[in-house]
Amino acid sequence: MAQIRVEALDKSFGNFHAVKSASFTVEDGQFLCLLGPSGCGKTTTLRMIAGLELPTAGTIRLGGEDVTMRRASARDIAFVFQLFALYPHMNVRQNIGFPLKCEGISAAERDRRVTEAARALRISHLLDRSVSGLAGGDRQRVALGRAIVRQPKCFLMDEPLGALDTEMREEMIEELRALHDRLGATTVYVTHDQLEAMAMADVIAVMNNGCVEQLASPRDIYDRPASLFVADFIGSPPMNFLPFRSSLAAGVRAVRLGDSEVAIPAAREALAESDLVLGVRPEHVRFSDRGMVRGEVYGVEYLGTTQIVTVTTAYGALKARSPASMPFRTGENVGLDFRADTLSIFDQHSGRAIRTTLHEGGLHG
Amino acid sequence: MAEVEIRAVTKTFKTTRAVDDLSLTIRDGEFVALLGPTGAGKTTTLRLTAGLELPDHGSIHIGGRDVTREAPAERDVAFVFQQYSLYPHLTVFENMAFALRAPGRRLPEAVIRTKVEEVARLLHIETKLENKATQLSGGQMQRVAIGRALVRSPSIYLMDEPLSSLDAKLRGEMRLELKRIQTDLGATILYVTHDQTEAMTMASRIGVIEAGRLIQIGTPRDIYENPVNAYVAARLGQPAINLLPADLFAGVPLMARTIGARTEHLTIAPGGAGVPATVKRIEHLGDQSHLHLDVAGQPVVTLSDPEARLGVGDTVTLNLNNPLFFDADGTRIAA
Repeated sequence: MAQIRVEALDKSFGNFHAVKSASFTVEDGQFLCLLGPSGCGKTTTLRMIAGLELPTAGTIRLGGEDVTMRRASARDIAFVFQLFALYPHMNVRQNIGFPLKCEGISAAERDRRVTEAARALRISHLLDRSVSGLAGGDRQRVALGRAIVRQPKCFLMDEPLGALDTEMREEMIEELRALHDRLGATTVYVTHDQLEAMAMADVIAVMNNGCVEQLASPRDIYDRPASLFVADFIGSPPMNFLPFRSSLAAGVRAVRLGDSEVAIPAAREALAESDLVLGVRPEHVRFSDRGMVRGEVYGVEYLGTTQIVTVTTAYGALKARSPASMPFRTGENVGLDFRADTLSIFDQHSGRAIRTTLHEGGLHG
Repeated sequence: MAEVEIRAVTKTFKTTRAVDDLSLTIRDGEFVALLGPTGAGKTTTLRLTAGLELPDHGSIHIGGRDVTREAPAERDVAFVFQQYSLYPHLTVFENMAFALRAPGRRLPEAVIRTKVEEVARLLHIETKLENKATQLSGGQMQRVAIGRALVRSPSIYLMDEPLSSLDAKLRGEMRLELKRIQTDLGATILYVTHDQTEAMTMASRIGVIEAGRLIQIGTPRDIYENPVNAYVAARLGQPAINLLPADLFAGVPLMARTIGARTEHLTIAPGGAGVPATVKRIEHLGDQSHLHLDVAGQPVVTLSDPEARLGVGDTVTLNLNNPLFFDADGTRIAA
């Protein structure tokens, strides 16, 4: 196993700048997710690490060694794709063992490693079955098995769960993370699904327009988003954004939103008057008769333990997550309050998070 | 709109019984969601109602009329498929007007225009009417597909996972919109999904389906709070209900073999009386955090209380708070 170090990686396809100076380090044994919408450059970044694309500039180090210009086959990496192509004429055992056969590894050693991989994936009972009759989840386990048996320095995965339905995907998320905890293999995982990233990653690199917008733990990405884009992309339902215009002095603990004062984490920088955005997560919106923001209930979505209440206000439609036991009627008039210590403030134009006691640091890079 | 009744319908494909003696009434103006995993028989039920499949036994009635032997076109139903297939060479307006211009309808052009514009407004695509279908994003295309069904006023809308090809954010928006539109129009909808969130948030009643049989039907709250068996209980709730051996806790009913415990059924305290548990992992999923506990070797997952400040390795005590009980067959029994 090994550390992966990506430094100032750039990739252009003709006029299209797909990846712009991406830098990050995946420590030995860490699970990093490259997360972002389609076209953000995450798959291109992964393919460069694999050696399937050559970068326009920058370096890639694997276990300290510069592999930037090395062929894919010389990198000791295993790649798992979204569309797993299994050999239909081989059974599960032969499919998993195939990469080892190609490397000329003895039958006894092959058998030992296939058995071990199958045990890790809990598919020992399927080893002698034909792959054609397998369910989607099991097919993906076989594809993973083919990557595991090679015992590579690291795993690169490109949306391996994208083709599965909801229930199967949730099950596989649990399994993949448990497998990672057992094998401790350095992993880079590409996905556009925030739930997969939040549930599995040690570190998430959120990408947008070819740039790494934030590199942090799932918790930090969620609680302290570095930009409007990250705040909007992570969270379901997404963060509420309330636009306002104000100046800001270092140390202030409240901002004016229309006629009302909203308490915020103390500002750590001063700003001239500009267009700002207050960011509030749905679970940090509270219902209160004395609430500063008033509105009308537009819809209620029951989720069992909790419910999502959409309220139309002067700042647009705001979503609140509340216990399902609270009764709401459509059309009802309500007041809203926000949990002060959790609020984010962004600059409307640059999208950057304003530094506060919550948001120390600001944008990555 | 009209009441639709499925009476004791069975459908077999070769040796597979896809739908097994299924009866279901969708009341006028009701939104019924059929929920179940892939292969449970949801889509077949929908296709039988549409007339795209013929039942082996049983009958289908729309507005009191037996339509079992009628062709799809005679049934006055509108179908929305998972894969929206729009006419790429036509504009959004023409795509939506297409069904209204079908030979035999002969609606005046002014009536068609009014109807299409009204539905386009509901779906927030009124500014896209002159665009070619291919110039739209995925979410807009699916709105057009839904709009094509909405411009008609059929007895019932049949929808087969219409939101599953959209991304998470758009799906969330469309859930709220679709429910809003259904309420405003008083539309009757039979909706098929494997996504519990869609079923819970939109349906007036949810029908839980397993191996071609309707196991339970009721309001989302009813299904969530009063499931008839462990299978139904496991379909709803995030994190999923914990199904635990009955001997893990004291004071369970005599016949109970399994305890069904959701977050709201578990009281977690830093100490005191109760069953000891160890914190294995706290999973921050963003909008909620899952607390993974180990209780005598059994994994238990609950929503973690952000105020509780628990850490990995901490020992806590668990107490039950009106949980569900199931017997050896998984059937629910009284507390």
